[in-house]
Amino acid sequence: MSDATLFERVKDEASRADPYPLFARLRETPVSRQSDGTYVASTHAAITQLLHDPRVSSETLPPADRPKTGNPFSDWIVKPIRDRITDAHRPFIFRDPPDHDTLRRAVMHEFTQARVQALRERSHVLVDEILDTHAASREFDVVDDLAYPLPVTIICELLGIPTEDEPQFHGWATQLATALEPDTLSDTQARSENSRTFETISDYMTGLIKEKRRHPKDDMLSGLAVDGVPGVARMGDYDLIATSILMLVAGHETTVNLITNAMLALLRNPAELARLRDDPARAPRLIEEVQRYDPPVQFRTRRALAEIAMGEVTIPEGADIILLLASGNRDPAVFPDPDRFDPDRGGTRHLGFGGGLHYCVGAPLARFEAEAALTALARRLDNPRLSADPPPYRPGSALRGPKHLRLAIDGVRRS
Amino acid sequence: MNNARLVVVGASLAGLRGAEAARKAGFRGRLTIVGAEPHRPYDRPPLSKQVLTGTVAPGATTLPNLVPLDAEWRLGSPATGLDRTERAVVLESGERIAYDRLLIATGARPRPWPEPAQGALEGIHTLRGRDDAAALRAALAARPDRVLVVGGGFIGCEVAAACRELDLPVTLVETGPTVLAAILGVHLGSVVAALHEARGVDLRFGSEVEAFEDDGTGRVVRARFADGRTLATDCVVVALGALRNTEWLAGSGLAFDDGGVDCDTDGYVLDTEGRPDPSIAAAGDVARFPHPLYDGRRIALEHWGHAVAQGIHAGRLLVGEGPGPAYAEVPAFWSSQGGVTIKSVGLTEGADGLVIAQGDPKTGRFLALYGRAGRCIAAVSFDSVRWLPAYAEMVASGAPFPPPGGAVDQGRLTVLPPGFPEKDDR
Repeated sequence: MSDATLFERVKDEASRADPYPLFARLRETPVSRQSDGTYVASTHAAITQLLHDPRVSSETLPPADRPKTGNPFSDWIVKPIRDRITDAHRPFIFRDPPDHDTLRRAVMHEFTQARVQALRERSHVLVDEILDTHAASREFDVVDDLAYPLPVTIICELLGIPTEDEPQFHGWATQLATALEPDTLSDTQARSENSRTFETISDYMTGLIKEKRRHPKDDMLSGLAVDGVPGVARMGDYDLIATSILMLVAGHETTVNLITNAMLALLRNPAELARLRDDPARAPRLIEEVQRYDPPVQFRTRRALAEIAMGEVTIPEGADIILLLASGNRDPAVFPDPDRFDPDRGGTRHLGFGGGLHYCVGAPLARFEAEAALTALARRLDNPRLSADPPPYRPGSALRGPKHLRLAIDGVRRS
Repeated sequence: MNNARLVVVGASLAGLRGAEAARKAGFRGRLTIVGAEPHRPYDRPPLSKQVLTGTVAPGATTLPNLVPLDAEWRLGSPATGLDRTERAVVLESGERIAYDRLLIATGARPRPWPEPAQGALEGIHTLRGRDDAAALRAALAARPDRVLVVGGGFIGCEVAAACRELDLPVTLVETGPTVLAAILGVHLGSVVAALHEARGVDLRFGSEVEAFEDDGTGRVVRARFADGRTLATDCVVVALGALRNTEWLAGSGLAFDDGGVDCDTDGYVLDTEGRPDPSIAAAGDVARFPHPLYDGRRIALEHWGHAVAQGIHAGRLLVGEGPGPAYAEVPAFWSSQGGVTIKSVGLTEGADGLVIAQGDPKTGRFLALYGRAGRCIAAVSFDSVRWLPAYAEMVASGAPFPPPGGAVDQGRLTVLPPGFPEKDDR
């Protein structure tokens, strides 16, 4: 029987640099009840089963509850209406079918082959431009200098958000991404801060969507706002706002960790870094292995709509379920010698992009952005060394990644 | 086993995966694969879909070898007999191939049009093999004035959908009350029918083609219906189901008919006295075996995944130390037609009720659960395949039907009659 406070320790910042030994202990019980009443699924089999179980809901956000202002009209008339609108139009990672399917489909419809291909080529150009500005540098922060700006630029260009507006999103995106952290949801102050940020960003999006309708361009937001999916009612404005915010936040808060975690793994396994430099075609398998070995999204929360029997444990109706994806990825039943970083293990059974209905929409973007970044870093950084190992981490345990990954280098080679 | 001779009759998906499984299990002896067609094993699902619309060439369907086979291929040489006393397979040429272990994976062929002279008219097709698909693709590419599909099973529906994708006028004739009625019941069959109707397929139910007529030169020009009406057509696809390729077993002493060769729970074939022959196993479409999930009822499944799983099971069985656990895969199939993917687990046969467990047929995305005598026996998903593994689990464990409820996107769980038509013994 495993310890019912293990997940508490996973969330503790002290475990951020290496939570994996805790996962190994959690896996001793495939689904374990924690002392706060949540259930943690930690083996590959249990997670996979729950990802596909129709009794498992993604509608886990508590009802919206904007802070009261003291103004009776705002508090008793406006607030309840706006709260209700928020509840009815959550981003689709927090929604179940059929709404989830309709929204997701509209987004997928905008992920055209041509658009993805253009951004793929664009990401190589961007990476080289960014690295060119560091030619004489003796230090390089993988996070601030490349892993953050690249995906942010790509997501803004995909959506059609003016790049000059981007800097203001930095803080907003980080703030909103805390919605994926279990403790934020139970923290009143964090929630009210989130709802204020959501308002601000909604106002911005409302303006932008208006602009796109007046002057549609070849970007995703224009497509969603003007065209939609043929034969399907166009997305309503509240859903459109929530969807674009979701894409924006996901574009800011995930790929950055993929690129950084990958670079960290490569610097800890220098032979792999050398192999990538000599053979850029190794990038795809390397990226899949990072998605297994040290994925940006470590877990997601779900809720049981009915009693679910999982072997010896029965998850009660209404319980929160943590799908510990990063632990399933280290399950020795599926991945022999799971704690070894080995890009040649083959197969893509990892849960790094989730699975089932909510499988990561942006996976193709993440893959080619990481490919562009890693191949260029391997080729162009001269003698990179970690300045600190482990690096400092950001606070999040669900979206986990280094805050900085500072390297000492002898320079940046020309492309 | 390492000096033994393993012969696989049927250069098919089941045969190939069986041969690979034998090698993977360490079999180092001689391996011979006999095939009636001149082709290496190929994949059939695209033949009624992408090959017809021209997005996949018929020749591009060859299956990859997943394991080095080191096999002797005898292609284009149908087996015509089995001599179990001498342990030899007889080929059309009269040649005899000796075996120590034999895997029967000869599959099935389309049920022919009952009137052979009419069935042989130019412009009349059946669809099973790669050459059939190539011929039908060529005919469709020549843009016939009207395609007539006879039979509303999966092949008939997929062909009709491919015709509409090519913007060809197409009529589908079915003697039953709707398409897929025998497999899904009238309730869901009607949902599929509505889909095809919306895409412009001319559907005629309760209607029977009596004869095909030619222009005097052997080309089909017209179909005559039982009610006396006629329909002008220059391209006909007869899709009336399949017959198992078992004739070559005549005189072998094995128990067979055109519904398959009988096997025991391990996968060994049975003789007419019901005794297993431990040197011979069967797999795929041709194998009729007692399925543990269905009270040991003998069934022969024409499913892709089944051909793979049972092929592997039989390959291991033949070269291994003896029988392992009985073959008990949950049957599963898929079909894509008119842009919709239908995927199913379990067998609907004998269902006495169905519920729409998730989604809504009106939206085109839903999942139906079939039950019999208070147990879940099958689930069919329309464009909502991601939930299916959970329902496969329910089918495999015989979970109570109707289910207790409590699933995302679930309306009221009303038990509906599935509407299976009376069985006709065509």
